[in-house]
Amino acid sequence: MVEQREFICVTCPVGCSIDAQVEGQDLVGLRGQACARGEAFVREELTDPRRMLTTTVRVRGGKLPLVPVRSSAPLPQHLLFDVARALRKIELEAPVKEHQVVLKNVLGTQVDIIASRPLRAG
Amino acid sequence: MKQLTCDVLVIGSGPAGLAAACEAKQHGAEHVLLLERNDELGGILTQCIHNGFGVREFGDDLTGPEYAYRWIRKAQEAELEILSETMVLSVEPSRRVVASSRAHGLVEIMPRALVLAMGCRERPRGALAIPGSRPAGVYTAGTAQRLVNMEGYMPGRRFVILGSGDIGMIMARRLTLEGAEVAAMLEILPYISGLRRNLVQCIRDFDIPLHLCTTVTDVRGRERVESVVVSGVDERWRPLPGTEREIACDTLLLSVGLIPENELSRMAGVAIDPVTGGPFVDEGLATNVPGIFAAGNVVHVYDLVDDVSENARIAGLSAGRYVAQGAPPQSTAVRLLAGENVRHVVPHMLHPERLEEGAIVLNLRVRQPVEAPVRVQVRLGDEALISRRYRYVRPSEMIALTLPPALAPRLAGAQAVTIEVAS
Repeated sequence: MVEQREFICVTCPVGCSIDAQVEGQDLVGLRGQACARGEAFVREELTDPRRMLTTTVRVRGGKLPLVPVRSSAPLPQHLLFDVARALRKIELEAPVKEHQVVLKNVLGTQVDIIASRPLRAG
Repeated sequence: MKQLTCDVLVIGSGPAGLAAACEAKQHGAEHVLLLERNDELGGILTQCIHNGFGVREFGDDLTGPEYAYRWIRKAQEAELEILSETMVLSVEPSRRVVASSRAHGLVEIMPRALVLAMGCRERPRGALAIPGSRPAGVYTAGTAQRLVNMEGYMPGRRFVILGSGDIGMIMARRLTLEGAEVAAMLEILPYISGLRRNLVQCIRDFDIPLHLCTTVTDVRGRERVESVVVSGVDERWRPLPGTEREIACDTLLLSVGLIPENELSRMAGVAIDPVTGGPFVDEGLATNVPGIFAAGNVVHVYDLVDDVSENARIAGLSAGRYVAQGAPPQSTAVRLLAGENVRHVVPHMLHPERLEEGAIVLNLRVRQPVEAPVRVQVRLGDEALISRRYRYVRPSEMIALTLPPALAPRLAGAQAVTIEVAS
């Protein structure tokens, strides 16, 4: 049975409103996307919704007590809190390099958590 | 007082200051001096740890700090002189600047051109006149962002957020990820004021209740916030009797607007547009004071940092040219007026001979959203010089309208054109 569903794409800051016709997890038709990534987004939302994770990790001996980190790619949405919990156990040692790998292949997702900036000791 | 000299002085090392300084160095200014009051560069970007930056500028999806560090490296490669921990105390119409510097004490600088890039501030509780007691636990969303992302503090455990600006939505997600409860987000308008993508990835993804046409009418608690009273409002923002309810919380975050920070600009005699809160500027981002230019959120608040970088380059180029060639001889500027359903247009005026040299982009915001196809027009008298179709227009999404060089002859001699929304 075909349902009408509305999505807001989060791939870029435009946030296109996409009207989609959906049958279960299958995409039957869609319109409203300004680029091809809109269709890819809706397909993924239906089967394997993913989101980028950005958060902070504690640092010992750094100029600041935290360093911001990011996922190297979008993570399965249902794992975000579990990844955040795994990162709470980590304390890095300053100095931290930008894009230093903080947690490799987190929870078996093939996605790494990396530092978003350098942080000096201080 | 120590005396410093330079060709171009840039105040602020956020994305606008960094881009303007690099561009000035490439276009006529040998000695560019950048002043930053903080001990590190990057401005507000260092606390904006979320992604979504750099899609246009770098073709990449970066976090705020990553965007900042790309520009910081460019600034280092450009061999700019950078003085951090240096706060500007005054700017005079003569461009004389006095600053307090950790390295040099009190310093006086007399630059040949000056770029103002001080950014903006959040609207605080005092400016909103929210009734109620004054307990601890009322913060602007950006203050909470700094506390959580850079200082390592949780400002509270159970939050209510007033305002649906991007900073508020971003913090709703951030706090939830850190184990807090966000009891509600309230927005006085019938639509959100931030990006739609944030509605999905910050509010809906985390099942945070969003109440439109609602505001806070009382803050309760003696030493610490204990609850807020919220009320539905009508289209004139008047509370609707019988819609009040109390929401228990220990922290109220405010995300209700950003205001360009022009204290120094006013000191220098720069004319300020009361609608934007920023300087009146022309196509080169020149203010009314000779040799003083402005870039970034100090002019008007942008949605995307990519647009800040693009526009700041224009200011840097203008400042560099001013140093190399002096003030250009120019015609009387054509005024760009905000017409029907347009809140403001930047630049506020343009010189047609500059348009001959290259396309000029107008940035504008509408007053009211229209969720249906409309035309945005540039009208000279009865004639529409440009008529561009949009699927919808929203105050939260700034519009960039390009004026092509071919239009220059039509504008020569004109007093004003009006930019308006037509159905």
